[in-house]
Amino acid sequence: MSAATTAQGIESLAFENIGMTFPDGTEAVRDVSFTVRKGEFVTVVGPSGCGKSTLLKIASGLLEPTAGRVVVDRNRLGYVFQDATLLPWRTVKGNVELLAELHDMPSDERAQLAEEAIQLVGLDGFQGHYPKSLSGGMKMRASLARTLTLKPPIFLFDEPFGAVDEITREHLNEETQQLFQREGFAGLFITHSISEAVFMSTRVLVMSARPGRIVAEYEVPFDYPRSPDLRFDPEFAKLSGEISHTLRGSHS
Amino acid sequence: MTETRTDDADVVTPLGAGEALQPVDPRRVRSRRASAAGSILPPLVMGIVVLGGWYFVSYVMLDAERRFLLRPPHQVVKVGFLEWDHLSEMLSGLWSSTRIALIGLAISIVLGMLLATIMSQAKMVERAFFPYLVMLQAIPILAIIPLIQFWWGSGEPIWDYPVIGYLNSRVIICVIISIFPIIVNTLFGLQSAERGMHDLFTLHHASRITRLRKLMFPAAMPAIFAGLRISAGLSVIGAIVGDFFLGRGEVGIGQLLKKYANNLQGEELLAAVVLSSALGVVVFLFFGWLQTASIGRWHDSED
Repeated sequence: MSAATTAQGIESLAFENIGMTFPDGTEAVRDVSFTVRKGEFVTVVGPSGCGKSTLLKIASGLLEPTAGRVVVDRNRLGYVFQDATLLPWRTVKGNVELLAELHDMPSDERAQLAEEAIQLVGLDGFQGHYPKSLSGGMKMRASLARTLTLKPPIFLFDEPFGAVDEITREHLNEETQQLFQREGFAGLFITHSISEAVFMSTRVLVMSARPGRIVAEYEVPFDYPRSPDLRFDPEFAKLSGEISHTLRGSHS
Repeated sequence: MTETRTDDADVVTPLGAGEALQPVDPRRVRSRRASAAGSILPPLVMGIVVLGGWYFVSYVMLDAERRFLLRPPHQVVKVGFLEWDHLSEMLSGLWSSTRIALIGLAISIVLGMLLATIMSQAKMVERAFFPYLVMLQAIPILAIIPLIQFWWGSGEPIWDYPVIGYLNSRVIICVIISIFPIIVNTLFGLQSAERGMHDLFTLHHASRITRLRKLMFPAAMPAIFAGLRISAGLSVIGAIVGDFFLGRGEVGIGQLLKKYANNLQGEELLAAVVLSSALGVVVFLFFGWLQTASIGRWHDSED
């Protein structure tokens, strides 16, 4: 089943005229409105410091917006951070079980959920390893697995692959895209990499420099599953070029 | 230094295939062995040089009637360690001081960690306590011993009384001298958990207790152990210094040091100094071992 066919599903997350001005007077976000539906993978691209991450903090409730409102079910929200934020004193298994533990699930259920998630991200065999012996890419996978245990209907990704090298990043992009297909969650992804945005998303939103506003929206027409070679498709290059052009225009 | 993984592993493996850990490079093992020899040899040579210097001072620089100032090493070993009367006296003094130091340290740990935990939960409490803790830390211990003696006397520990019996002057001196590193390190450790991890716990509605138990305390462990090692050493010093200056009550190694010095018993004096420092070293090593045993699996300490 292609995820694109469910694109008209129910609304999972809606930003309504969101504005955010920090106490020090910095206006991070201005009048942002958009929705993410079930089966959609929406990516927000924008220059560094344009308030992209602020949007996720607002969506998750870590920050209270100064204007507008967010509609989302916060009880089942997946949030993948910029850093893997693994607890160094827990093994991969212990880390993946953490969220289920915080939600007071019984231990056998917890173990089963963790095991499934570990298999899903390809970390089988590393259950007993501590984060210090994992590579950056593997830490990110463990972090993904941890979020997967909650089977969240909506996933927020805050530039999760920014710290890993280019090749690992492309690899993780493919895996995330496959997970999105398999799990059918609604995704909101933040990045400053256009290629990453186009490769994974059903829709790309372009954000301007601070104060961040949504200045353009692009539907990504490619079917899932997407092959790594898609990156060299002329259509892919054309769309990336357009987005890049808009980004540069919004920057000045 | 034990990091053997690289990101390259991600390049070749498809989704679902776990990457194997690289085997330990045999060259590395050899170099580690070589460095072991390199780390034993220099202190060994240094020790021999010091002993040689000691003999030189005893036999060449001091003439026979002034040799009592620095007896040669073998003489110290013979009189101080091989004569049972002397050794048993020192060991019982050492045992008394060890007991005092351990009780003081235990009180410091419980009290210090409790205080640091409360301080970590309320900024107001931290602000209220901190200046006084710094003052406590700044008091030269010798200046406060007469005051402690004035209030609690210098009597024997009353071991028969479960709690009150331990709160004698000696133990109080140990607590005063050793509690500061515990408080500061625990507090620093509790505040060391990363922002992102706190966000994670916030997102999942973790209670204050859960956050403390599952995030802040484990994150604080390396710092707590660093504090423990410092405090343990200080507590030993406190036990010996306290015994030395209180001068009465159950005889610890401090009183023996004083007695040997007054009686010009050079051999016993040096032997007692060696035993005191050995106690400090053993305590330090014990907490080092405890640290490796409890958090070494996930934490690389610097030493």
